[in-house]
Amino acid sequence: MTDASMDTPQPRRAKTSLMTEDARTKKRNASEKRFQAYGIAAIATGLFFLVVLAFSIVRSGLPAFTTTVVDVNFTLTQAQFDEAEGQLFKTKAYSGYFITALQQKLEAENVQVAFDEAAIERIMGKIGGTLREYYTANPDQLDEEVAFKLNAASRVDGYFKGRVQRETLQDSRFLTLADLDLVDALAEAGIVHTTFNWGFITGADSGVDNPGGAGIGASVVGSFFMMLVVLFLSLPIGVAASIYLEEFAPQNRWTDIIEVNISNLAAVPSIVFGILGLAVFIQFMHLPQSAPLVGGLVLTLMTLPTIIISTRASLKAVPPSIRDAALGVGASKMQSVFHHVLPLAMPGILTGTIIGLAQALGETAPLLLIGMVGFVARGYPDGLIGGFTDPNSAMPAQIYTWAARADQAFYEKAWGGIIILLIFLLTMNIIAIILRRRFERRW
Amino acid sequence: MPVIWLIVIVLALAVAGFILGRTRAMQSAGGDRRHLHSLPTYYGSNVALKAAVPAILLMVVWLVAQPFYVNSVVSGMIPDSAVADGSSRGLVLAEVRRAADGLDNAVALGAISEEFARNARADFTDVTTRLKEAGQIVTTQITQPVLRAAQKYRVMNATGNMIMSGVVILIALLGIFWGLRETNKDFRARNVVEKSVLALLIAAASIAVLTTVGIVLSLIFNTIEFFRLYPASEFFGSLTWSPSFGGGSELGVLPLLWGTFYISLVALIVAVPIGLFAAVYLSEYASKPVRSFAKPMLEVLAGIPTIVYGLFALLTIGPMLLSAFGPDGTGWMSGQRAVVTAGLAMGIMLIPFVSSLSDDIINAVPQAMRDGSYGLGATKSETIKQVILPAALPGIVGAVLLATSRAIGETMIVVLGAGAAARLSLNPFEAMTTVTAKIVSQLTGDSDFASPEALVAFALGMTLFIMTLGLNVFALYIVRKYREQYD
Repeated sequence: MTDASMDTPQPRRAKTSLMTEDARTKKRNASEKRFQAYGIAAIATGLFFLVVLAFSIVRSGLPAFTTTVVDVNFTLTQAQFDEAEGQLFKTKAYSGYFITALQQKLEAENVQVAFDEAAIERIMGKIGGTLREYYTANPDQLDEEVAFKLNAASRVDGYFKGRVQRETLQDSRFLTLADLDLVDALAEAGIVHTTFNWGFITGADSGVDNPGGAGIGASVVGSFFMMLVVLFLSLPIGVAASIYLEEFAPQNRWTDIIEVNISNLAAVPSIVFGILGLAVFIQFMHLPQSAPLVGGLVLTLMTLPTIIISTRASLKAVPPSIRDAALGVGASKMQSVFHHVLPLAMPGILTGTIIGLAQALGETAPLLLIGMVGFVARGYPDGLIGGFTDPNSAMPAQIYTWAARADQAFYEKAWGGIIILLIFLLTMNIIAIILRRRFERRW
Repeated sequence: MPVIWLIVIVLALAVAGFILGRTRAMQSAGGDRRHLHSLPTYYGSNVALKAAVPAILLMVVWLVAQPFYVNSVVSGMIPDSAVADGSSRGLVLAEVRRAADGLDNAVALGAISEEFARNARADFTDVTTRLKEAGQIVTTQITQPVLRAAQKYRVMNATGNMIMSGVVILIALLGIFWGLRETNKDFRARNVVEKSVLALLIAAASIAVLTTVGIVLSLIFNTIEFFRLYPASEFFGSLTWSPSFGGGSELGVLPLLWGTFYISLVALIVAVPIGLFAAVYLSEYASKPVRSFAKPMLEVLAGIPTIVYGLFALLTIGPMLLSAFGPDGTGWMSGQRAVVTAGLAMGIMLIPFVSSLSDDIINAVPQAMRDGSYGLGATKSETIKQVILPAALPGIVGAVLLATSRAIGETMIVVLGAGAAARLSLNPFEAMTTVTAKIVSQLTGDSDFASPEALVAFALGMTLFIMTLGLNVFALYIVRKYREQYD
């Protein structure tokens, strides 16, 4: 019996070669390329977000570091002073003198522009009052030329920074289009110009109505005191806890409970720590609201798990031979840990601590609940103890306060504050990286 | 601040004890340290520990207990008639504290005499005006019972602090005495000191447990208080959230939960694909230089504080979306605060979180599985899709769950970007609000903590705590279970 199928002619297979791709291989290779492209696209998107973020921070934040000032050299004679003080509207008289002087100056510079007292007040605030205040306080400056550096109004400042534009400006009692012509003329004459805003770095927060005078200095001090509390509590407690868990803890229930607690605390949302701080430190123990001490305590509890986890990692990295050698020459367990293991693990511990501090420095949510936001930090705290217990703000809380005021000029300050905050964070992280590079030991 | 001085005094006593203990030990050994059981510093440390630790412990306990006692006594002094309708005992007590602080400050400024602060009677002299003149913040007219209570409060606190200082210093001195008495050359000082240090280490490790207990207690007590004032069935069942501090508010948690989940969902839709593909590319395809550049760069996103993302959402993403989908564009969006605004910012924040967790998990898949797949002729992407990802799936699910828990607990982005109106809506371009944002808005400002409108924040916090804790425990369980397969 012959197998019929043996005789049936096989359909000829298409001639293939390894050198030419068939359709299926093409498809597979294309899918390979596509998949790789997805990966590249994902990374590119991530980096793109980073660039956009950095770009918008820098673009929106840099204007906060400059401010528009009006530079005028002005002389008030004794006679004018006496005359002005004798009048009913004293400040108006001062403004009159100032405007005359300004007019003369502009004529000398060959700038033709008309203006009145109201326009001047819109541009540089109540000039008469400022002058009167100055001369009544310094009568010896009469008859002498004084170089006044006056802060321009917030909207004029915005005009220089592009916040306020000619095309979209509506005439209002704050600023009119004609004022902008005057500002341009003054700018041409070199009277109005922008300078670096030291007040932003060193100053304290201002009220809602004065965005130009707001500075971040006081809240930097608040953050500094908070970080002191965090450092002096979380470093010793964190190191002690890690030493116990890593070197001494027996395998028992209590150790298990502690371990589970630490890993859970690391994942608790920060706002819950804020609730804890509010309920325990403020409601229960009646510590002062908005105080850096309370903020520091809350942030300590929040940072502890981070520090404990990184400290344990660096204790674990010290090889057992070190411990054995110490025990071998007669050290007690405690001595081997404190004299040998701990010093060797110190660089790693410090790195972890700095990174934990950086995390705490940028944390905002718990500070909202302990009252650091409702408080306007108008001045620096006095003294060392006051730094801990006086109400103050902290950098991220201050940024949030500005952002919540919903005003373009304050948004600019908020971005500027973010630049300062990020500079601090960057410095801390760089120090941590340098520490790690310089002292890290591979066993 | 006398407490700081008290601490300084105790520490100074400890230092003195250290020196005394060391000298005494050396004396008992006749000046030759070889005759001592332990190193001389251990004798000093023994005395110092005995001076400082019990004294400071007592001080802490006292500081916590004293307000309790004083409050209960003062609270007993206020007759029920003094508690006005619509007010509560807690509010009156807060007023008492404010009045006492005002008196303290006014005395410190020299505006009123100590005599006046102790004995003034509200019905004869106008204390409120005097205090206001001294620049103290007094909200309401001080009545006689409140003033009496405030005076009592001041006196009790003052005497309490004085007794505490005395007792603490006495304990420190007794500690020194005890330590010195047992110091002689045969005393096993090192063993004692090491035992106490170990006890301190255990105490430090237990702070983590204490923190959890503190969180749970502060949430539970206030939540119970809230449910006493507001029915739990309404809280969990009502579909409206409209708090009003005047009363008659509806506090349904469902709209908030919906907002939370919706925003987290948008965030995960952004973060999971990008993070996952980035992780796959970095661990399977990227050359070494690309990896060493791109990985830290992506992780920079994780190091940026959330307030920055909040501002970014409000001032950059919001206006950008508004110009595309707002009235000038498709008209879907009416304000810059919306679910997508917050979700997008949160998604960017979570990208590095997802990518570095998944990266670790993908790297943990054994090389042998890849080699087997390549040996069968699979391409790289086929290997990833059909071998590596299925093997890494439990871990990746764990990572996504952890990211979800992060998204649910995130506060600043939603406070700034998501809006304040609680809505049950499917439109992602509408403003919605979340559990965390409402915790902030109910607890900031000068609200009294006794009203259901403020207490609801604790119930919300409890909900949040349980949700995130559950997610974390579940995620860690999945990740752990998976890891055991290959180790």
